[in-house]
Amino acid sequence: MGKPVHSILSKNFIADNDRTDWHDETLFMVRKKRDYASNQIPEWETLRQWASQIKAHTLSNLDHYLTVFEKNANANGIQVHWAANAMEHNEIIYGIIKQTGISSMVKSKSMLTEECHLNEYLQDKGIQVTDTDLGEWIIQLRKEHPSHIVLPAIHLKKQDVSDTFHQHIQTEKNNNDPKYLTTAARHHLRNIFIKSKLAITGVNFAIAETGGIVICTNEGNADMGVHGAAVHIACMGIEKIIPETLHLSIFLRLLARSATGQAITTYSSHFTSPRKGQQMHIVIVDNGRTRLLGNNNFRNSLKCIRCAACFNTCPVYRKTGGHSYHSIVAGPIGSILNPNTDIKANADLPFACTLCGSCSNVCPVKIDIHNQLWIWRQQISKEGYAGKTKSLSMKMMAYILSHPNVYRFSGNVFRMTLKYFPLIIKNKLNPWYRQREMPEAPKKSFRQWYIQKQKSEFKKQHIKKDS
Amino acid sequence: MNSRSNILKKIAENKPASESLPVLRFDDTIHYADKQAQFITALQNVAAEVLEISGYAAINTLYKNLQAAGKKIINTIPEIDDLNNQLPSLSAENLAGVEIAFIKGLVAVAENGAVWVTEEQMQNRLLPFICEHLYLVIERENIVDTMHQAYQKIDTASSGFGVFIAGPSKTADIEQSLVIGAHGPKKTTIIIIN
Ligand code: SF4
Repeated sequence: MGKPVHSILSKNFIADNDRTDWHDETLFMVRKKRDYASNQIPEWETLRQWASQIKAHTLSNLDHYLTVFEKNANANGIQVHWAANAMEHNEIIYGIIKQTGISSMVKSKSMLTEECHLNEYLQDKGIQVTDTDLGEWIIQLRKEHPSHIVLPAIHLKKQDVSDTFHQHIQTEKNNNDPKYLTTAARHHLRNIFIKSKLAITGVNFAIAETGGIVICTNEGNADMGVHGAAVHIACMGIEKIIPETLHLSIFLRLLARSATGQAITTYSSHFTSPRKGQQMHIVIVDNGRTRLLGNNNFRNSLKCIRCAACFNTCPVYRKTGGHSYHSIVAGPIGSILNPNTDIKANADLPFACTLCGSCSNVCPVKIDIHNQLWIWRQQISKEGYAGKTKSLSMKMMAYILSHPNVYRFSGNVFRMTLKYFPLIIKNKLNPWYRQREMPEAPKKSFRQWYIQKQKSEFKKQHIKKDS
Repeated sequence: MNSRSNILKKIAENKPASESLPVLRFDDTIHYADKQAQFITALQNVAAEVLEISGYAAINTLYKNLQAAGKKIINTIPEIDDLNNQLPSLSAENLAGVEIAFIKGLVAVAENGAVWVTEEQMQNRLLPFICEHLYLVIERENIVDTMHQAYQKIDTASSGFGVFIAGPSKTADIEQSLVIGAHGPKKTTIIIIN
């Protein structure tokens, strides 16, 4: 078995029809909630513009804002550390842990610590960190990785969670009621929170003006961990900086609406200085970001606020699941970021895309995601990394695009497919052809068909309001 | 220190030409004809409960009734009852059994139901998260339209810790089914003093 490739991995995911359809429909529902929430705000497009410009300004003065942030954080009693790469990030954290001699610790959701493989690193040193975001905890118990940056366990069904909890915390066998399972997790993790003396968190925004950080959660797990702990370690990429507190108002209005369609997360916690008697550390990490900053084509991807709107709207992501991207950050933005870290290992990712442009349309900081993916493709082909990957991905696209469900999001893709890949769709040698029946070209007009499909879609809605 | 200077050096070399900040016209953003009505709608959307009350005397009655029912309550609002001097130094173990907490909010946001609370009001940073049922008290004149007005009214740096709270803690991590009561309070009641 060679290196993992999106088109091959996604074959596993789509092997289970019902599960694939559920994944697809559920994320599309989240995407619709995002549409509804953003439509409530008349100035939505202005907010996106402001956010994008603030990020552009900050990136163009990043050294200045990072030093201002550091100075203010120090004045607040926070210790600031700098890490060139994942290894140094992990070593710094290990150093702090060793120095304090604490052995019980919790971690709230942080894509950066996932990117640096902190859990595995610490485990090798004999240190066990408990992930406390419910989704992250579930996948930690299952020894998996998140498949989505906001909804880490979206690839799992409630029966999977029931089985996992039954095995690890002895919940009733086959009781798969989400409320029952969540309550069981709450009780179990509460004991861990109370005993834990060190908390590791991510950072959503770091404010140069105040030297403070903001962390957003719905569950309250970051706060439960940090406020009970003697030591707080917050980890952030260099791109998390924003200049002023007033700018937070823009980003907080955009973030949750883009992510889940909520007007705001339950908690937007502002940590400016440690609690009396508490130690607070911030680790600022590069890990390839400065290289991205120097690249005209891909610099904009550093504006990302990790809302995952581009995941939820992406027809390829929805149909193939996050693990098919064989990377910590999946989805469209991951397909830009990962080739920057390792072009060879991730050469397939920019091809796992229909170039429909929906990602760029929903991105709250206006990253031209699909353009960047297009540029990556050219670069990867030119540098000779495309190889078989490209043709495999094309076949994959053919399958995805020919599946009836995909019509729902836009007529463009279908038209594009016919225009650009007609042979692939009709090709009987296409391996996907064997698994699925290819749809006939619709007899009804596309529009009629689309409207009808929309109606039945609404009937199928089973997702509760405001997750 | 080496990585610090290396990172800063690389940024200086790689950053693009300076781009300017946008001109922010917060006055042009949404304003609600009835802020309080919008705030209440937003609270319902985040699964919070709402009590509109005439003044502290009414909150006092509510508080006394809860006490009489034998609830373990921590109050942080001087208008309601005497304060507990020990509160700031209580540990997670000490606070684990708290059923109810009363905390005053400084600003409430109509667009999303969030209430701003700082360390001065909560006195113990863990309190609003570890209690089972959180009561947040807000005076109606402190309701603003959006986050823009909220940040103009507050000073995040004046306090070591501050938080916008919008409803009870929740999760949808199991099959996207919404469950109220993840790690924080299972219930949040916003008391609006008219
Ligand atoms: S690229 Fe844009 S849409 Fe995608 S996660 Fe980042 S901010 Fe959200």
